[in-house]
Amino acid sequence: MTISDSVSVQSPDVLLQVRGLRKTYEVRNDPIEAIRRLTFDIHAGDLVCIVGPSGAGKTTLLRSLAGLLTPSGGSAKLDGEEIVEPPKGMAVVFQEYARSLFPWLTIAQNVALPLKAQGVDRATRAEKTAKALEAVGLADVAKRYPWQLSGGMQQRVALARAVAYEPRILLMDEPFAAVDAQTRADLEDLVRNLWHRLGLTVLFVTHDIDESIYLGQRVLVLSNRPTEILDDIAINLPDERDQLTTRNEPEFARLRAEVYERVQQAKAGRRPGDAA
Amino acid sequence: MSNNVATRRSWLWFLWTPLNAVQRAWAGVAGVVVFLVCLQVLPLTGAVDPKHTPPLSEVISALVSRLATPQFWEALLNTLTTWGIGLGISVAIGVVAGLLIGGIPVVREFTASTIEFLRPIPSVAFIPLAVLLYGTGRDATLLLIIYAAVWQMLIQVSYGAQDVDPVARDTARSYRFPKGFTLINVVVPTVLPYAVTGFRLSASVALILAITGELIIGTPGLGKLIVIAQESGAVASMYALVLVTGFLGLAVNVIVRMMERRVLHWHASVRREGMK
Ligand SMILES: Nc1ncnc2c1ncn2[C@@H]1O[C@H](COP(=O)(O)OP(=O)(O)O)[C@@H](O)[C@H]1O
Ligand SMILES: [Mg+2]
Repeated sequence: MTISDSVSVQSPDVLLQVRGLRKTYEVRNDPIEAIRRLTFDIHAGDLVCIVGPSGAGKTTLLRSLAGLLTPSGGSAKLDGEEIVEPPKGMAVVFQEYARSLFPWLTIAQNVALPLKAQGVDRATRAEKTAKALEAVGLADVAKRYPWQLSGGMQQRVALARAVAYEPRILLMDEPFAAVDAQTRADLEDLVRNLWHRLGLTVLFVTHDIDESIYLGQRVLVLSNRPTEILDDIAINLPDERDQLTTRNEPEFARLRAEVYERVQQAKAGRRPGDAA
Repeated sequence: MSNNVATRRSWLWFLWTPLNAVQRAWAGVAGVVVFLVCLQVLPLTGAVDPKHTPPLSEVISALVSRLATPQFWEALLNTLTTWGIGLGISVAIGVVAGLLIGGIPVVREFTASTIEFLRPIPSVAFIPLAVLLYGTGRDATLLLIIYAAVWQMLIQVSYGAQDVDPVARDTARSYRFPKGFTLINVVVPTVLPYAVTGFRLSASVALILAITGELIIGTPGLGKLIVIAQESGAVASMYALVLVTGFLGLAVNVIVRMMERRVLHWHASVRREGMK
């Protein structure tokens, strides 16, 4: 184990601190252990990807961090505060964008709703909404309804809603798993771009190895369920990334092979303690 | 087989030819015209007894002379008032109870069996009780209306309240919407399509029970006029009043459907028709 579970002092710029987090779903006489034990830190300004096979417990982890699910043990702290309910300054982008947007509201109204809930006045709401839609390239569809847009555009709206909320940390759960490859590449660049421009901290969950390397500064590889961290890989690719050149770099290929091997081991049921 | 017949253009070709919108409209008009002609011709030819079923022309002239009497308008106003009050109370009870039952699992379990038992009791079974309690006044009929009309609203609203999308709920929670804000901005719009259906059903049932109460209990209104017409042998007049109740039912349905289109323009059931 690299970090002791008992360590509770944190370096000043740790934004999200996860210590020995566990989650077992108590299904009648058949408990499902989804998360065995997770310990990691996310620093302010990081863009961290979590990659793991499907069914590993990625959504479970994200919902626990979002304060939507009570963990069975361990702790997660945002800025030193224990997460027991959805914390301030956090936005979540869900995989099911179509169900996360409200069909009875226009695009602009959808983006503005969390601001309205906070009591932000109308003029400021309109201004922030317009800016957020501009940032994701959707200024021209503000008056449309979500169901009139393509899947990729809908996920952009969800992203704009998160951006307008001005969170300190943005959690994303396989946000682009359901869109086509080209749209997906565009959305990946958009995430990098927003992260750069807005100084966000992003935790991005995916099952796609290439996506995790292309996006992240750091990739956490999860094992199969019950999940543990198999590896924590620094991505030393240049900061300016480009779908064509970055993906063709030898370093990208090397990282892909490394993560791929880890995920294969995860699928084969390797645990962190096992000899390589 | 039908292909062969169709290509040979047998004289029954129109039975399996799909109609376009204009043809459908004409078919509808033709149906009504044929029905009205039957109402006129059958009594004249003696196929039905004109003493019990006068020809349409007589019914219409009876209707015209009725429309000139203040009693008719007073009765119509009475029926509409009874209907409106009964429907209003039913809707209010149905919405509040439906939200509680649909939204709070404990309340749902607590009331489920009782509702299953009470709901099938025909409202008219309470006529003796209603008369005992309220005599022949409006309150007696209101009791019947409310007992019958409350269920549709209650059941629909409680289904709606249970149908709030879990992802929408998570979205509301993660953006820290206050409880009341979620109720107004997430729960109510989800419930609305159900409530509108419930309202349409309740409105029809309330009208039926309003007329029933007037016919049987003798509460003032169109139903009572029908009884008086029957007792005094004014057969054509009786049919004229029956026609009026029919138009009333039709008007209620048309108005509610128009309302439905306005408030549910974003909903799948409406927008599909609205799409180009
Ligand atoms: N509400 C729940 N009740 C019981 N088991 C669940 C629940 N949600 C998820 N699981 C189980 O927990 C495991 C991890 O699920 P999940 O976190 O959704 O994985 P991932 O997002 O990595 O695909 C799966 O085996 C899943 O069946
Ligand atoms: Mg998942």
